[in-house]
Amino acid sequence: MTTSHTDHKIGPPLWLLAELTYRCPLQCPYCSNPLDYASQEQELSTQQWLDVLQQGRALGAAQLGFSGGEPLVRQDLPELIGGARELGYYTNLITSGLGLTETKVKAFADAGLDHIQVSFQASDPELNNAVAGSRKAFQQKLAMARAVKEAGYPMVLNFVIHRHNIHQMTDILALCENLGADYVELATCQYYGWAFANREGLMPSRAQLAEAETRVNRYRAELVERDHPMKVIFVTPDYYEERPKACMNGWGSLFLTVAPDGTALPCHSARLLPIEFPNVTQASLEDIWYRSPGFNHYRGDGWMPEPCRSCDEKDKDFGGCRCQAYLLTGNADNADPVCAKSPQHDRILAARTAADHATAGLEDLTYRNARNSRVFCRS
Amino acid sequence: METIPRLRRGFRFQWEPAQQSHVLLYPEGMVKLNDSAGAILAEVDGVKSRADIVAALEARFPDAGALSDDVFAFLDEASRQHWIEWL
Ligand code: SF4
Ligand code: SF4
Repeated sequence: MTTSHTDHKIGPPLWLLAELTYRCPLQCPYCSNPLDYASQEQELSTQQWLDVLQQGRALGAAQLGFSGGEPLVRQDLPELIGGARELGYYTNLITSGLGLTETKVKAFADAGLDHIQVSFQASDPELNNAVAGSRKAFQQKLAMARAVKEAGYPMVLNFVIHRHNIHQMTDILALCENLGADYVELATCQYYGWAFANREGLMPSRAQLAEAETRVNRYRAELVERDHPMKVIFVTPDYYEERPKACMNGWGSLFLTVAPDGTALPCHSARLLPIEFPNVTQASLEDIWYRSPGFNHYRGDGWMPEPCRSCDEKDKDFGGCRCQAYLLTGNADNADPVCAKSPQHDRILAARTAADHATAGLEDLTYRNARNSRVFCRS
Repeated sequence: METIPRLRRGFRFQWEPAQQSHVLLYPEGMVKLNDSAGAILAEVDGVKSRADIVAALEARFPDAGALSDDVFAFLDEASRQHWIEWL
């Protein structure tokens, strides 16, 4: 396959996401890791990661995220943080908080870590621990959020929102304010990876969403009134939109993800696409970003079929998300079916209807763990 | 009177060669700054007052004339965005 992108100027990758490992003590049923992660145990060495960081910085990346899986299971994390800081990255650690200790929080700060994002599953221990698949998660998260604050980091708390916790918006925001959060991300589930497999059991109904938006807006207004700096970012599910999101700000335009085994991806979920992606152990990051077929595959708009090809909005949304097109239509070239102009938009409508009638409880979800992963791996 | 600005905790200001501009980095975000915003933020060090910053910039750019209106307007905006705080 050749793609015409000659007229398309490729800018540098400004954002590097280093997925250090797929290992994680939690089992979130909306995890964006690949379903068959258990069969992908290869991880880059410390030296290989440091090399990737150096190359990424040379290309122009300024923001660096350490994520996973749970990045804390990598024993060399302090060394990677130190290396990143020295290179001049703004370094973000994206963690579940499990495995974190006060000593580590301080050691990371000394190594130059700029920011720690702790994810929560709910505003109360019972629901939190049920979603996380871990009995001690909530207390640990609270303690670590406090330690992060204590150590002087800016604090970002992240909540993945779905039908089982979407009623908690006010409580969640109050908890965040109480913990001294600077930013709160209320990220409604995006349906890739485990979340796609569990979509029926996770997707909120339109009524639930509307109620949640009202509560969030009310809280936001209060914060403004009190001149409180806490910033609330609410990512609503695109399944309730009529136009798709400009996914990743365009394929291969700003974001570069490196998976645990060194596979380079334009987005952390792109691995599910039937496209061959390059590996940092076989090519330089520069080659990968500017010249690999994987990264050039969906650059520009030469690849677009109708209705996107002749659509005057294509510069705005780039036809939406390739992963969503692939998961819902079987062909990643198609318009993202979130778009009302897509001939497959009915699949989104069907998902909305299903969300209105869903009855599944938390116990019906498929949890992200090695046993379940091996099942997906075989199928 | 709160007159000494400093960058809010967690915000970092630096020159990015790849973008040929100054940027402000913060948790999971980045603002690319234009030349004048970059020049002003470069003076924000938690020591200089607003007036000192204006004086420093007027000394650096003698042809630009009086700068206090522009500098104050930018600092107000930066403070509304919670990029800086006042000591
Ligand atoms: S989403 Fe949950 S299970 Fe997946 S990596 Fe993050 S904490 Fe672990
Ligand atoms: S048809 Fe394609 S380009 Fe046009 S709005 Fe829909 S997804 Fe975007």
